[in-house]
Amino acid sequence: MRLRIRFTKHGKVRFLGHRDLARIWERTLRRAELDVAYSEGFSPRPKLSFGLALSTGYESEGEYLDLDLAPSAPPPHLAALPGRLSALLPEGIDTTAVCEVSRSEPSLQQAVTSCSWLIDVVDTTVAEATDAVDRALAAPHLMHTRERKGKEVTDDLRPYLLDLTIIGPTPTGARLSAELGTQPRTLRPAELLAALDPPLSEGLVRRTHQWTTHDGARRELLPVDATSAQHDGERAS
Amino acid sequence: MSTLWTQLEPLLSKVQKPARYIGCEDGSLHPHPRAGQVGWLFTYPDTYEIGLPNQGLQILYEIVNERDDAWAERSYAPWVDLEGELRRHGLPLFSVDTHRPAAEFDLLAFNLSAELVYTNVLNCIDLAGVPVRATDRRPEHPLVVLGGHCTYNPEPLADFVDLVVLGDGEEVVSEITDIVREWKSSGRTDGSREHVLRALAQVPGVYVPSLYEAEFDGEHLVGVFPKHPDVPEVVEKRTIADLGEWPYPKHQLVPLTEVVHDRLNVEVFRGCTRGCRFCQAGMITRPVRERPADQVRDMVQGGLRRTGYDEVALTSLSTADFSGIDKVVADTVNDPSNCGQVSVSLPSLRVDAFTVGIAAEIQKARRTGLTFAPEAGTWRMRQVINKLIRNDDLYGAVDSAYSQGWRRMKLYFMTGLPTETDPDTLGIAELATNCVELGRAHHKNPSVTVSVGGFVPKPFTPFQWFGQNTVSELYRKIGLLRDATKRTRGVQLKWHDPKATLIEGIMSRGDRRLGPVIEAVWRSGGTFQEWSEYFDHTLWVETMAAHGLSVDWYVHRHRTEDEVMPWDHLSAGLHRDFLWQDWRDALDEVGLEDCRWTPCYDCGACTGYGIEHIVASATPPAGGSQGTGQDLATGGIVPVTIDGVRRPAGVGAP
Repeated sequence: MRLRIRFTKHGKVRFLGHRDLARIWERTLRRAELDVAYSEGFSPRPKLSFGLALSTGYESEGEYLDLDLAPSAPPPHLAALPGRLSALLPEGIDTTAVCEVSRSEPSLQQAVTSCSWLIDVVDTTVAEATDAVDRALAAPHLMHTRERKGKEVTDDLRPYLLDLTIIGPTPTGARLSAELGTQPRTLRPAELLAALDPPLSEGLVRRTHQWTTHDGARRELLPVDATSAQHDGERAS
Repeated sequence: MSTLWTQLEPLLSKVQKPARYIGCEDGSLHPHPRAGQVGWLFTYPDTYEIGLPNQGLQILYEIVNERDDAWAERSYAPWVDLEGELRRHGLPLFSVDTHRPAAEFDLLAFNLSAELVYTNVLNCIDLAGVPVRATDRRPEHPLVVLGGHCTYNPEPLADFVDLVVLGDGEEVVSEITDIVREWKSSGRTDGSREHVLRALAQVPGVYVPSLYEAEFDGEHLVGVFPKHPDVPEVVEKRTIADLGEWPYPKHQLVPLTEVVHDRLNVEVFRGCTRGCRFCQAGMITRPVRERPADQVRDMVQGGLRRTGYDEVALTSLSTADFSGIDKVVADTVNDPSNCGQVSVSLPSLRVDAFTVGIAAEIQKARRTGLTFAPEAGTWRMRQVINKLIRNDDLYGAVDSAYSQGWRRMKLYFMTGLPTETDPDTLGIAELATNCVELGRAHHKNPSVTVSVGGFVPKPFTPFQWFGQNTVSELYRKIGLLRDATKRTRGVQLKWHDPKATLIEGIMSRGDRRLGPVIEAVWRSGGTFQEWSEYFDHTLWVETMAAHGLSVDWYVHRHRTEDEVMPWDHLSAGLHRDFLWQDWRDALDEVGLEDCRWTPCYDCGACTGYGIEHIVASATPPAGGSQGTGQDLATGGIVPVTIDGVRRPAGVGAP
């Protein structure tokens, strides 16, 4: 049985790295007495797979984790699982949905086609930020050079910029809302801000959604009603 | 009370590994202190990764927080990048639990387990906004406290600390709290600091350096004497008689980010009676006090369930010597309530086939490397240091390990030991070569990693009189080993920096005249000296010279029988004449049997304090004492207590 879990990363725990998070989940699943399948071999590890890595320091409403239960494991009471896991996880990491997924579904890494972000920019005004955003949206190309494996690589980021709007002012700048593509590569908020004209300085960044595309329409990685599983247990199948 | 979190948060985005500053660990506490409560900030003067697993700090953190009249939080030395940001923004050292400024606590307590962190202690005091010299502190400043193994010679830090605790902290932390609470309620008026220190000096185990004066005659120390008649001439260490009464930590902290020893740690006993003459820990923590076996099992079982760890380490100075070890290990590995696969590690393994058998049993799930510590290359040398492992014991253990599937082994040695000759040094290479050879019978590419550290004589050991080898002599010996092993396939040689060994040697047996040296090195930016990228040997040596102090005098000369040691006014219970006799025995190459199962040598650690060894089981661990197959039935005159029930003398032996 494969379970897909959605969880948050808020507050102080936003400074945890991806590997830290993996270790925390391994321990949490053992504490929850979930019988997770282990890899074979010299050094067996629990079979967990995470979605797109979140940069250390970013917050998130929508992180995902797939896990395989051992073949012999009794099916868990899914409705109770989010509450049980949240109680065992550090403050700021809350399980918001759990759902069974088919093993034939593509992996989280492959499934995600775009992410939505709330991006605070600092040391700027709404007017300046608006100019930069308008210029980016109007431009046919948004060339950005980065270093990759010791080589300079120039990419056009414009195809990955699916949406970018100013939501409003903040005490030190402005808040943007963005939808950024993740296939074939991931556009990170920091790269986008650096590529704007003028470049904007990053404040707090929060991932709000990870989207997958299904029959040409985007939807969240877990069905909308998965969240309700924690309340009424209807999806405990 | 205030939290600095909102000011710290933007800085954390700019530094390496910010997760080490956020707290939030499972097992961490978020006290809401009330007026009048005594606040302790337990600080480890090294990085979070090294400091978090420290059990002593975690134990005291829990004990204090269980009190109604006190609260405790933790702090670790911020890495240089964050320290720079803090100083640039005018922010102080803070607790990781609620991010309070360090100066809001009543006691700023440091755990000292190594000498090279001394400059970090000064840096933390300064970063807390507290004057680094104790004489400059006012009543509103916290009391600066030291605890841990290095405090058996705190003299180099005497100028910078208010009090020093010798020995086990479980009881004394509360006695100190009581006195500080009264001080607080009296309003900490002007001049009251001296009064509270005088009161604290009455607590057994508490040493207040400012109430003592060091007298010198030329370059020689005459003694360290109390300034007042009510201050004890000799401060005795504290010893918890029964570990069974202190099942701490009850809620071991589970870090959210990477640390060393990231596993459940359960202390199975304190003390060690093997009597290795180089080992300060073994000497100062006597007598042996084993935790009852069923308590160990409960702590393991409950701890695994609570933390979610899949590894538990049974910690002590020599875990295979725990008298109930086979049963505890078997019960842990086979516990049906374990979720997933649990592995057990015994960080300190005795060198014999029996321990390899245990290791094979417990590492079925995940087989890590195997480490043995013969410490010296020849039997002669091991008689000198009283680590009575014969070459055949080592070969038996190594062969047994290779035959049970291990391919890699680590061997720890010291060089620069008393009476060491070049054949002794080269014995290290020979042992390693023979071990790899044994491995070839079982595997295609067996490997042995040889790790060599320069020997540093420590206070309260029989070697405290020995003149440490010079840096060039240590380099020469390492060179011999490098030449002897470089053509041997499968043997890798690693060594510690002899220059760091030198500085450790200066601090280990130094006196109060080193205070200004430590301060000057710190003021020149010499922090994180135990990290090779920051270690600055030249700075230390030049600062010593600038203060007119001779490295040779402090470190390299042999000391005489009648010489006053800077720690003579402190006591770990060990009789000085016992240590001197043991030093003479070392020079005569005479080994001493383990006193726990055989005769008492009257070292003083038991008899002086009216306490005794406590063992969990009447059956000594298999494999023979020290792995030599030594006859354990020679009787014993040391009274032994089993699980708190006193038995007639000698019952420990079969």
